[in-house]
This record gives sequence, structure tokens and C-alpha cells, in this order.
Amino acid sequence: MSLNDLWFLLISVLFVGFFFLEGFDFGVGMSLGFLPRNDTEKRMLIGTIGPFWDANEVWLITAVGAMFAAFPHWYSTLLSGYYLFFTFILLGLILRGVAFEFRHKMSSNGWKKTWDISIMIGSLATPFLMGMILAGIVQGVPIGSDMNIAIEGRNLVNLFTVWAGLAVVMLCLLHGLVFISLRTEGELRERSRKYALITLPITAVFLAVLALLASISTDLYTKRGGWLIAAIILGAVIFVLAALFLRKKLEKQSFIATSLLVVLTFATLFIGLFPRVMVSSLDSAFDLTIYNAVSGPYTLKSMTIVAVIFLPFVLGYQCWSYYVFRKRVSEKELAEH
Amino acid sequence: MDVLDLARIQFATTTILHFVFVPISIGLSLMIAIMETMYVVRKKEMYKKMAKFWGHFLLINFALGVVTGILQEFQFGMNWSEFSRFVGDVFGTPLAIEALLAFFLESTFIGLWVFGWNKLPKKLHLMCIWLVAIGTMLSGFWILTANSFMQHPVGYEVIDGRAQMTDFWAVITNGQVLWEFPHTIFAAFATSGFLVAGISAWKLLRKKDVEFFKSSFITAVIIAGISSMCVAMFGHGQAQYLVETQPMKMAASEALWETSDDPAPWTVFALIDTENQENKFELNIPYMLSFLSYNKFSGSVQGMNELQAQYEETYGPGDYIPPVRTTFWSFRIMVASGTAMILLSFYGIYLAMRKRLDQARPWYLKLMLWSIALPFIGNTAGWIMTEIGRQPWTVFGLLTIEDSVSTSVTSNQVLFSVISFTSLYLILLGVLAFLFVREARKSPYQDANAIPTIEDPYTHQGRDRHVTE
Repeated sequence: MSLNDLWFLLISVLFVGFFFLEGFDFGVGMSLGFLPRNDTEKRMLIGTIGPFWDANEVWLITAVGAMFAAFPHWYSTLLSGYYLFFTFILLGLILRGVAFEFRHKMSSNGWKKTWDISIMIGSLATPFLMGMILAGIVQGVPIGSDMNIAIEGRNLVNLFTVWAGLAVVMLCLLHGLVFISLRTEGELRERSRKYALITLPITAVFLAVLALLASISTDLYTKRGGWLIAAIILGAVIFVLAALFLRKKLEKQSFIATSLLVVLTFATLFIGLFPRVMVSSLDSAFDLTIYNAVSGPYTLKSMTIVAVIFLPFVLGYQCWSYYVFRKRVSEKELAEH
Repeated sequence: MDVLDLARIQFATTTILHFVFVPISIGLSLMIAIMETMYVVRKKEMYKKMAKFWGHFLLINFALGVVTGILQEFQFGMNWSEFSRFVGDVFGTPLAIEALLAFFLESTFIGLWVFGWNKLPKKLHLMCIWLVAIGTMLSGFWILTANSFMQHPVGYEVIDGRAQMTDFWAVITNGQVLWEFPHTIFAAFATSGFLVAGISAWKLLRKKDVEFFKSSFITAVIIAGISSMCVAMFGHGQAQYLVETQPMKMAASEALWETSDDPAPWTVFALIDTENQENKFELNIPYMLSFLSYNKFSGSVQGMNELQAQYEETYGPGDYIPPVRTTFWSFRIMVASGTAMILLSFYGIYLAMRKRLDQARPWYLKLMLWSIALPFIGNTAGWIMTEIGRQPWTVFGLLTIEDSVSTSVTSNQVLFSVISFTSLYLILLGVLAFLFVREARKSPYQDANAIPTIEDPYTHQGRDRHVTE
């Protein structure tokens, strides 16, 4: 495996890891709008991700940082080409991030409502827009010979990308609801499980239609047909299992199942993309690939050394933090903060 | 306005506002780590209360530092994509490492610190806040490494029209970062020192929880004093490095049109006429610029006109003189606020040493409250001088600002992002100020969730003793 391959793999893993972790954070944020019945439940809900969401978001920051260093052209083309998308993503992430901290600083209803809405909007808009961007990357955008996405001829919003955005939103919501049922006690635990059971088939339909649309809008089936069919079958099996686990109130197993669904969905995307990093809709000669978007070999080597040394520590202490806060969030525990 | 102007406005506003939050996070996490260490070592409940009370400020601010930092990372690609293509190898690497080494560390352990008071053993909990503090400093180091490459590019070779890294060690031991990092990091410590000292002074003025805020004030003012001195020392070193590596920035910050006499006088104040390239009036201190530049009372400093001729020869025709007035005045504002910080904090240390904080004059305490603004003014002015003084370059000698900006964005898009980011940041800054005032009004002993403790009868004596130690 060349270093180009390795860094494509690492960045993909960072993005997939981001959606696996921050996916349930987004889901928790979205469910703030309909799941909790009172303020205590709202606080419990936020408490389930309280110690984690910040570090989970760093997966995205690291992924984008690694993109910048390893594939500068990928980073530059994507962020400048999807300018307004990223503007809204940033607005969403900013509002959502401060809201977690600000909301409990005052007890007035208006204050809390403001930040609750910020959390909901941020948690909904961010995965939606990211889903659209990722779909656009595989579908193809008008990248010219100068490696920039042409301002004219941009068609970043179409049925396939919008549908992908919605599918990602549903997937995050399902993942989040299952996470809540895993992390809470009492009524909230039961209610989130019930909502998850409703969300599950809807999400399955969204993903199935997405797989269908992908056959029209992308070349994933011609490039990686075998893998894609396998992924679809595997996904269907996991959906059935998840439904069974949820019915039997096996929350751990349900969470593993939805985690696998998230990983499978995003891994499929990156596998379909490889060795390209962005598809050009104008000419395949203008595709950005791991060979023409890459930085110098010395940079890749230096970064590989740094990553190999430090990545185990990072994963280690992040796991430890989940271990420390492994207990379910209860009303009693909430009062301790 | 075109994309370039708008992108510059956005970078200026978002970066300046981001750097309001960052120094507070760096400085406060260290100060709280020190407070909690005193709690663990001396086993006195008051230090735990101190860590918790000031911790509220840290947390409110930390969230803002994190989210405005995400924007910084995305902004290079969004608005400065040609810059990103050109320097990604060298500039992106420290950014990626910053995320891996620093962001994960601080974000994971701040979560553990906040929610772990009742879950972790004392020493492990203490370790968490130290790791947060180290994380924030590491983050500072890596981002300043990236910035230093823009000031003084090293360890690269231009291949296929892109700056490619050839020596990682050279990039992280860039002489520029070795001065810039301590200068900036001590400025961050001083910032939190003045913040805590200022709020404590206000509390002392109102005779609220006197013992608690006396202790806080002393801790903060000592950190502020030492740090402000270090800022000045490393700043002096950085200025000398500037004379060697970016003489144009030095000349502009001195409004030195023609090469100076030997020995060179330092201009305290000047009326600058950029059109005729001369100063209408100057107030000079003889020998001083020679000393600032070379640590001796001789030696002349190159002027802008001579440098302009040299640069035209090296880089081709163009205007290589940065905005002189901005560079000149931001430098003076920075130096003035730094000097005021040194004087004010040392007077505070003097009062504390003589145990005369109780009789501190109201004017001093009031002044300390208003002085919370000083480090922010100094920090901002310092960055304005550093970044404006590098014009017209983004990467000195390699890439100009015109060549750095994204070519595939429209001015309407950037106008939209400028307006939305700036207004959101200003709202958040307002909320931060509002919440800070609210937290400051609270008593550290009012905390509803606090674990009740019995007052230590020796607390009073103990507190006074540690002041003189």
C-alpha cells in the first residue's frame, strides 16, 4: 500500500468515525425537538452526549486538517467549490456548539428555548448538508482543468444529493435514538426505543431508494458493483437484526447494529470513490485523485510517522472517557452537576 | 467590493474575534490547573472552590474558542484556496497535527474534567485539567508554527509551482516560531491573569467574599506580572529577529522611510505622510532603535525606500511597502498596553507582598477592573502589526495576497459569509460578556450544587502565609 492509499484510508476512517460518533450526537440534538416531555428530560438528553460531543467533533476537524495536509487540492477544491454549503455548516456547528454550554446558564424559558432551537437546527442542518456534499462528490461536479469547480454549471442541488442529505439525517436520527435508549433510564429510555422502532423502517426506505438513485446518478455500480451489492444485502440484514434487537429491548446490540449501518453507508461511499477523491462531471481526466491532488511524498512520510506514534494514545484516552461515563444518565446523577 | 477585499475583511474579523477567546482558554486552563494543584496538595476546600468558580468562565469561553476555531480551519480552503494549494504540504501539516495532538487532548479531557468531579479520584481529575492546559498550549504551538512559515518560510522547496516540505524539523524549529510561540503564550497567560485579577479587584472593591478574591487576585496578579515581563522580553527578541528576516515590517513599524543614522533613534510618535513618503513630525529617543534592533547602542536600520528598491530587484516590479500607519500605530499600541500591564501587575504584586491588599486604594482596584481590556488591546494590536506588516505577502517572498484568494467563489457568496459570520460572532461576544458579568456577580459560596464544607479555622492565617512564600 502506497502512502497515497494510506492517507486516503486514514481520512476516510476519520470521516466514517466522525459520522459514527457525531452521528448519534446529531440524532440526540434532533430528538430534542420531540422526544423530551420536560426540562429535566431535556437535560438528561443533552447529558447523554455532554462529555463526548466536543471530542467527537474533533474527528471532523482532524479529517479536514489531514485532507489539507495530505491532499491540498482536494481540500481547496471542495471547500471553495461548496462555499455556501460550508458557510451554513459552520453557522450550524457554531450555534450548536455554544448552545450546549449556554443553555443551562440561565433558567429563563426564552433563553433555554433559543439554545434548544440552535441545537436542533445545527444538528439537523449539518448532517443534511454534509450528506449532500458527499453525494455530490461521487455524483460529480464541474471540475475543470484548473482543478476548480466552475461557478457556471454548478448543479450541487438535485434529487440525488437532496435525497442523500435526507437519508443521512434519518440515519443520524435513528442512531441517536438508539444511543439515548442505551444511555438513559426510565421513561425516556422506553420512549426513545419506541421512536427508534418507528424511525428504523423509514430510514431503511430512505437508504434503499438512495441505493437505487445511485445506480442512475453515479458510476458506483460499474466501478464497485460487487462491493455495493454485498453492502446492500449486508445492510438489509443489519436492519432486520436492529429491528429484532430493539423489539427485544437489547439496547447494546441495537446500538452496535446502527453503528454498523452508519459505518457501512459511509465506507461504501469512500470505497466507491477510491482512488478518486472528487469526480469531475465534465471529463474524467479532470477527476481529482489520490495521485494528482496529493502533497509531496516527504509530507506524507512525516505525517505518517506522527500519526503512527500518537493515534493509539488518542484512541486510548477517548475510549477511556467513554468508560468513565459508562453509567446511564439518571435524574439523580444530573443533580450532581 | 471584490472577492479579495471581502475575504480579507472576513479573515480579519473572524481571526481577531477568535483571538479574543483563545488566550482566555489557554491562560485560564493553566491558572485553574494551578488552583486545583493547590487544592490537591494543600487539601484546602477554598482552592477547589477557586478552580470551580473560575472554571465557569473557562467553560463559557472554551465553547466559543472551539467553534470559532473550526471556522478558521475551513476558511483557508473556502476563501484562500490558491494559498491552500500552494502551501498545503507545509501549512496543512501543522494544522493536521494540531487537531490530532492538541484538539483531541483538550476536548476529551475538558469533558472528563467538567463531568468527572464526582467520578474520578482527585489526582486523576487534576491530571485532566493539566492535560487540557497542555492541549491548549500545544494547539498554540502548532498553529504558530503554521503562521511562522508565512512570516519566514523554511524547510521547503518550490516544486511544480507548490511549496513542498523538505525538512519537518526545520519547520518546527523555525527561528520565527521560537520567538513567536513564547511571546504569544505568555500574552495568553497575562490575559487570563488580568481577567481574573480584574474581576477579583471588583469583588474586593465591593467587599464581597474578601478572602476568596484576595487569594484569586494574588494568584492572578503574580501570573500576570511574570507573564507580562516575559511577553516584553520575548517580544524584544522577536523584534530583533524581524530586523534580520522581515526588515520591511520592522521599517514600517518604525515609519522609517530612509535608512537611519548610526546609531538609530527610536520614534515614539510621528505624523506619517504616506503619499509623500515622509514624516511631518517625529519625537525621537536617540540610540534606542539601535538598542532594540541589535542590543547595542550603534548600528543603522534599513529604511523602506531602500528595501523597496531591493525587493523590486529580487521579486520584480510592485509595491512592497505595507500600510505604514497601521503597522506603526499597532506596534505602539501593543507596546503601550504591555508596559501598562507590567506596571499595574507589579504594583499589585508589591501590595500583596507587603500584605497591604486590604488597604489597596479604590482607584487601583477600579483601574484593575478596566485593565481587563488591556491584554485584549495588546493581543489584537500585536496580531494586526504582524499580519498587516507582512503585506503584500501571504507567504513572505513566495506568494502575494492577490495570488492567494479563491478563484471559484463569487463576491456575493463572500459578502454573505462576511455578514453572517461577523454578526454571529458579535452576538456571541455579547453573550459571552453578559454571561461573564453574570458569573462574576455570583458568590463562589452560593453554588447550589456545592458540597457543604466546614470552614477551616486556620484558613485565614494559612492564606496570608502562602502569600509571602
